[in-house]
Amino acid sequence: MSSFSVTEPSKRSKWFAGTMVVIYALVTMVPLAWIMLTGFKSPADAISYPPKVVFEPTLEGYVNLFTTRTRQTQEFLDANPPQTWYEEIVREYDMVIAGPSKFGERFLNSVIIGFGSTFLSIFLGTLAAYAFSRFKIPLADDLLFFILSTRMMPPIAVAIPIFLMYRQLGLSDTHLGMILLYTAVNISLAVWLLKGFIDEIPREYEEAALIDGYTRFQAFYKVVLPQAATGIASTAIFCLIFAWNEYAFAVLLTSGTAQTAPPFIPTIIGVGGLDWPAVAAGATIFLLPVMIFTILLRKHLLRGITFGAVRK
Amino acid sequence: MPDTPADRVAAATPVRVARKIKGLSDRAIAWIFVAPTIFLLLAINIFPLIWTINLSFTNFKANSPNREIKNVGLRNYERILTDSDIWLNMQATAHFLFWTIFFQVLIGFTLAYLINKKFKGNDLWTTIIVLPMMLSPAVVGNFWKFLYQPQIGLFNYIVAFFTGKEPSSFEMLGSVDLAPWSIVIVDTWMWTPFVMLICLAGLRSIPDYIYEAAEVDRASKLRQFFTITIPMVLPFLMLAVLFRGIENFKMFDLVVQLTGGGPGSTTELTSINLKREAFEKWRTGYASAYAIILFVTVFGLASIYVKALNKVKER
Repeated sequence: MSSFSVTEPSKRSKWFAGTMVVIYALVTMVPLAWIMLTGFKSPADAISYPPKVVFEPTLEGYVNLFTTRTRQTQEFLDANPPQTWYEEIVREYDMVIAGPSKFGERFLNSVIIGFGSTFLSIFLGTLAAYAFSRFKIPLADDLLFFILSTRMMPPIAVAIPIFLMYRQLGLSDTHLGMILLYTAVNISLAVWLLKGFIDEIPREYEEAALIDGYTRFQAFYKVVLPQAATGIASTAIFCLIFAWNEYAFAVLLTSGTAQTAPPFIPTIIGVGGLDWPAVAAGATIFLLPVMIFTILLRKHLLRGITFGAVRK
Repeated sequence: MPDTPADRVAAATPVRVARKIKGLSDRAIAWIFVAPTIFLLLAINIFPLIWTINLSFTNFKANSPNREIKNVGLRNYERILTDSDIWLNMQATAHFLFWTIFFQVLIGFTLAYLINKKFKGNDLWTTIIVLPMMLSPAVVGNFWKFLYQPQIGLFNYIVAFFTGKEPSSFEMLGSVDLAPWSIVIVDTWMWTPFVMLICLAGLRSIPDYIYEAAEVDRASKLRQFFTITIPMVLPFLMLAVLFRGIENFKMFDLVVQLTGGGPGSTTELTSINLKREAFEKWRTGYASAYAIILFVTVFGLASIYVKALNKVKER
């Protein structure tokens, strides 16, 4: 582009645009920053008025998030001095740590279900996308639209029979059940995005491989897959973010064993109502991976979101 | 069959070559690759949907499976469509949809327009703006509840600071007038970035030469905006509205955590009401009919909308 192009914005309008966008971004950041700050407050600081920006940081919220505690008599406390820094924190409230809380388990469930369903969606989605991209499939357009239309369905509309079906099959409240469910929700996105990426890989590469004596399968995984790696990675991030954040199915179909973190975090109760620092600590730990992903992979993610829109 | 040189070349293309090589035919591979996806979607989307339709004609209750299941015909549908409370929920949903989309389009487009000015560091700021939409709505909704607390919440404190009101004089979640707006605010905070990104894709798809031609014709900047920018971005904007409309129609997680439908039933959107019927009152048949009505509504509105969208694209 020449520097004299008429479409190049003037310096002043750039400066104005930049200022406005920065102001919006900073305002947007306030709630997120507040979550993270609250995680390091003591319960008293968290609910003080006016809201405290400067406070003495403590890891109490995090200790409360990961442990269950019981109150003990003074004699017991005197006889058993605290062994670790986290025992000291709960000791200030005449408590001792009774055991781990369920947060670790729920977080692990999120990891298992998130990564499991992402892997499955990408595996099935890549195969289907390759087939749609390279082979003549009868009614391909209709099939593709059918795949997309499954995403329009409100989760609650299918939740009732899935609930009944899972109860019959013994899949309710299991990791496998949730992985299959999230895969079914994610696969439409995976097929559509991946088809776009595979369409961009020139056919000549595989044709050359086929002439060299590769079979279709070999050409697929030795030639096409490495070429599509970036596209597969960014699609995987989207699937993971969805499965990580999903709430409606998780709250309706799981109750214990396979419950993920989103239904669990809001239920962290402390003495006298919600323990806000612990809730904030849980939210921070839960939101942080996605935030880091987003910042590290921003180019791919932004491209992925707009990709679907531009294609159609 | 005519045997022209072109046919001979076609006959020698690698697709044919591939068939001769040992292993499965292309057609078989295509089916093996596509079948698992189709099967999964049939099992977890289509089959349950058909089951829902069946259930919607019965008085089945999922929490008492031994009860005799009776076919009640269209009675469930009749009861829902004549229930004035459900019409109120539909109205609440419509208001919610209208205002969230209004604000998201307004702010999202403005932001995209500004970011498209290519100022220094816009990449970094775009990423920061995009963050909220990547997060879990349930967790975010739960935390906004804390921000909205009348006595201790940051939101009330900031609004009070700028308006001079007492922070405890307005309860965002507790008052009938304000509760719907509290959801609109959070939803707009979360999803404006989505509209912004799609608008940005639209703005970037406009080739420079169109503006250059307009400049040669001495069209004013304002005129260029209304005759080039807006019409060219419109299909993208409509697409963003479609996505947000579908998503917000089934909005559940954010609202459950923020207001849980209250106070009273002022923020009881249809999806919340449906959940209550299906998983709290366990009126499974009735809730199934409700789900079908909602699904048909979304599908119907979306199809009409897509037709309009295609008309806009054709221009």
